[in-house]
Amino acid sequence: MSEFTAPAPHWLAGPLATAVRLICGAGARWVGPGPGSPPGRQCIFFANHTSHLDPVVIWAALPRSWRAVARPIAARDYWVKSAVRRFLSQRVFRAVLIDRATPAAQSSDAERMARARAVVEATLAEMSVEFSVILFPEGTRGSGEEPARFKSGLYYLAKAKPTLELVPVYLENLGRILPKGEFLPVPLLATATFGSPLRLAAGEARDAFLERARAAIVALRRA
Amino acid sequence: MIANLDPELLWSFAGVLGLLTMASITGAILARTIRSESGRATVANANARIKAWWVMAAVLAAALLFGSVTATVLFGLLSLLALREFITITPTRRGDHATLFWTFFVITPLQYVLIGIGWYGLWSILIPVYAFLFVPIRSALSGDTERFLERTAKIQWGLMVCVYCVSHAPALLMLEIPGHEGHGARLLLFLIVVVQLSDVLQYIWGKLLGKHKIAPDVSPNKTWEGFIGGVLSATLLGTALWRLTPFTPRQAAGISLLICLLGFAGGLTMSAIKRDRGIKDYGALIEGHGGILDRIDSLCFAAPVLFHLTRYFFT
Repeated sequence: MSEFTAPAPHWLAGPLATAVRLICGAGARWVGPGPGSPPGRQCIFFANHTSHLDPVVIWAALPRSWRAVARPIAARDYWVKSAVRRFLSQRVFRAVLIDRATPAAQSSDAERMARARAVVEATLAEMSVEFSVILFPEGTRGSGEEPARFKSGLYYLAKAKPTLELVPVYLENLGRILPKGEFLPVPLLATATFGSPLRLAAGEARDAFLERARAAIVALRRA
Repeated sequence: MIANLDPELLWSFAGVLGLLTMASITGAILARTIRSESGRATVANANARIKAWWVMAAVLAAALLFGSVTATVLFGLLSLLALREFITITPTRRGDHATLFWTFFVITPLQYVLIGIGWYGLWSILIPVYAFLFVPIRSALSGDTERFLERTAKIQWGLMVCVYCVSHAPALLMLEIPGHEGHGARLLLFLIVVVQLSDVLQYIWGKLLGKHKIAPDVSPNKTWEGFIGGVLSATLLGTALWRLTPFTPRQAAGISLLICLLGFAGGLTMSAIKRDRGIKDYGALIEGHGGILDRIDSLCFAAPVLFHLTRYFFT
C-alpha cells in the first residue's frame, strides 16, 4: 500500500462545522469508545436518514481530525443543483456524489444490482486507503420515526473490506428541523449519537447483518 | 457610543462584579481544599455556574449600557433559544413544521419589534390572542389530526412561557414612570439581580441546611430550608437595592418578596414539565446550568407580574 496523506481541509471547513453545530445545536453524544481513540483506521459511519442536513450534521459533529478524513456519501442531483451546493459538496465536505435510483418500478432486478455494485465500487475507490465515509443505508429519507429497511450497499462494502469498522450513528430531531419535502428549517436542537463499532462476522448472511446494523442504530435512541 | 452612563447602574454593576469576584475566589479556594467525592462534584458544579455567570453578566452589561434596543434584541435572542429548547423536548409532528416556522421566525421577532416600538396595546395581546388562534389554524391546514390538541397546546405554551413572559423583562425599559424617566434599565437590572440571586441563594441555603423536601417528585433539590433562607435573603437584598427602583424601601421589600416567590414557582413549574418529559435539563448551552430555559424559568414567571405592578401603580 502506498503512503497516503489526506489533503488539507478547505479553510471554510472549520468555521462551517462550528456554525452548523451552533445552528443545529448539533451535539455529539458518544456511547461507543468515543473520540479519544485516534482515527488511524478507516471506518464507515452509518446513520438513519430523515433530512438533507443529515450528512452535514454528522460531518460537523465529528472531532476535527476525524472530520478531515470523513466524506459524506450524498445524492448527486441534490448537491450539484446550484453553484453554492457544488462548492460545498466538492470543496468543503468533499462528498462522494452518487446517482440516486430511478423509481424502482422502472428498473429490473439486474439493473438494480448493477447500480448497487457501481455505487459500492465508486465508494471503495473514493475511500482509497485513508478516507472514511458517512452513509445512509436506508437509501432515502424516511419520516423520522423508525428507520426503514436497509439497502444492501452497507453489506457489500463490509464484505469488500471486512476489516472496516462500521460505526452506527443515531440522528435525533433532524427530521423535525428540515423534514422531507420542506425547504425552510426550524432551528431545533439536533443530537448525533455515536455507538460502538460493529463488523461483518465471518459468513454472516446479508439480511441478518443488515438487520443487526439497523438494530444498532435503533438501540442508540434515548428512551 | 455608550448610551447609558447612569451612575446608579454603574454602581450596581460594580456590585455584581464584586459578588462574582468573591464567588470565583471562594470557588477556587473550595476546589483546592475540599476532598470528599460528593463535595468535589458540588464545588465543580458551582464553579461551572459561576463561570457561566461571568459570561451572562458581561452580556447583560453590554446590553444595558448600549441602550434599550440592544437589550430588547438580546432578550429576543434569549426567547428564541429558550423556545428552541422547549420545542426540542416537546414532541411535535411533521404537520406542525410550518406552524413552528411561523412561531420562530415571524411571531417571536414581531413580539419584540412591538415591544421595541412600545405598542403596548398590541404586544400585550399578540401571543395570548392572535398567536393562540393562529397556531391551531395553521396546524389544522396541514391536515394532521393525530394528538392535535396536545401538539397545538404545547406550541402555545412554548410561546407563552419563552416569548410572551420573557418579553415583559425588556418591556420594563419602555415604561414611563414619573420621577424615574429614562431609568428603565435600573428596574430591569433590579428584576434580574433579585430573581437570579434568589435562585442562587436558594441553592446555597439548600446545600447548607436543606433537609425537608418541598416537592420531591417534581424537584428533588428544592427544600423548605433553601426556599425560606433563599427567598428571605434575596428579599433583603432587593430591599437594599430600592434606589434602583421607583419604589419606597417598604414597597421594594414587598415587590422583592413577590418576585422571589414567583421565581420559585416558575422553577417548580418548569421542573414539572422536565420530569413529565423524563429529562434533567432543557439543553446544554450554558456549562453547569443545563439550558437557557433552566436559567430563566424563574424570570419567566416574575417578569410579567413586576411589569404589571409597576405599570398599574407607578405610571
